[in-house]
Amino acid sequence: MADALFETLLRLGDNTLILGHRVSEWCGHAPVLEEDIALANTALDLLGQTSLWLEYAGEIEGAGRSADDLAFLRDAWDFHNVLLVELPNGDFGQTVMRQYLFDQFNLMNLRALTGSTDNRIAEIAEKAVKEAAYHVDRSRGTVVGLGDGTAESHERMQAALNILWPYALELFITDDTDADMAKAGVIPDPKTLEADYRATIEATLAEATLTLPDAHFGHRGSGKDGRMHTEHLGHILTQMQWLQRAYPGQAW
Amino acid sequence: MRPSVDQIWTWLDAVPDPEIPAISLVDLGIIRDVGFDGETCVVTVTPTYSGCPATSVINMEIKAALHDHGVERVELKRQLSPPWTTDWISQSGREKLEKYGIAPPQAAGGPEKCPNCASTNLERLSQFGSTPCKAQWRCKDCLEPFDYFKCI
Repeated sequence: MADALFETLLRLGDNTLILGHRVSEWCGHAPVLEEDIALANTALDLLGQTSLWLEYAGEIEGAGRSADDLAFLRDAWDFHNVLLVELPNGDFGQTVMRQYLFDQFNLMNLRALTGSTDNRIAEIAEKAVKEAAYHVDRSRGTVVGLGDGTAESHERMQAALNILWPYALELFITDDTDADMAKAGVIPDPKTLEADYRATIEATLAEATLTLPDAHFGHRGSGKDGRMHTEHLGHILTQMQWLQRAYPGQAW
Repeated sequence: MRPSVDQIWTWLDAVPDPEIPAISLVDLGIIRDVGFDGETCVVTVTPTYSGCPATSVINMEIKAALHDHGVERVELKRQLSPPWTTDWISQSGREKLEKYGIAPPQAAGGPEKCPNCASTNLERLSQFGSTPCKAQWRCKDCLEPFDYFKCI
């Protein structure tokens, strides 16, 4: 049970950590200043949520590892994030599309987690759900604005959706760890969130004049259980963990 | 001699928020409880945003302020639930924000009026701003951009 809870917390924390890092790569590069600030603030919220999840993960593991140790001293095969969040940013449209696909899941998942039988998880979710709702508000609006924008922006948003949608489906794969945790009332069973998610996404896409690609598969969940990541995760870690690897134990 | 709990609140009300120094930590509504455990003063603090970089500075400043007043043993407790809401910003805090040029939070989701000229002819520039708790707006009459304290 403790192992399954540790794994569950790593999945929550690693999703927000890796996406937060990816989004932070835009800092100083976004197309306009307001978007630059919005992306940096979104990344900051995600990293804040990460520290709450990973701090608790370290306590459950009981090996004395802090949130920082877990973030900066694990290698790629010990990360449990879905593949969606580690994909390269692509253009601004692809970044926004990925953000919306994740934000909508994060909001629904956190809402369900506020009712977790694990009090600490419920408390963290209660805090994070307010931030997630604000993120959805923005990423959803931007997807609609760009999808139903110019011919160029429409085409780019559709291309982004075609790439990302099969990856988004990994969020709804229920494996043994999820099933155990869901049975104990700690997390919602991921696959029970899918119908509502799909309906919400489809409503947004209709407004954005975009269409779901005809993808009959989802990537198989090899990110969340750590079996196999894309080649991109290792590259992220070389940047994110560089300082602690080069100067072990260095503190602010 | 141990100071009273009321005295501690008064001292904390003089500690400015590190990013918005116009208002105090008490005005901001993030001090949830003050008490004593034996000789140790226990201050319960709730974060505004989970990633707010000011959180660690706030903790440091609480300790420093109480040490300055001779309280040797200070323990800080983090409380996540119930989560912080802008409803906890005091009335005087709201007034100080507006005077400082930051439109206070409104349940309607946008500023009530321009903090510079009081016009209600406003437009949103960005849902985010210079700190996690703010958004960027502009007055279409005096043309000044201004910060709006996000309502959460």
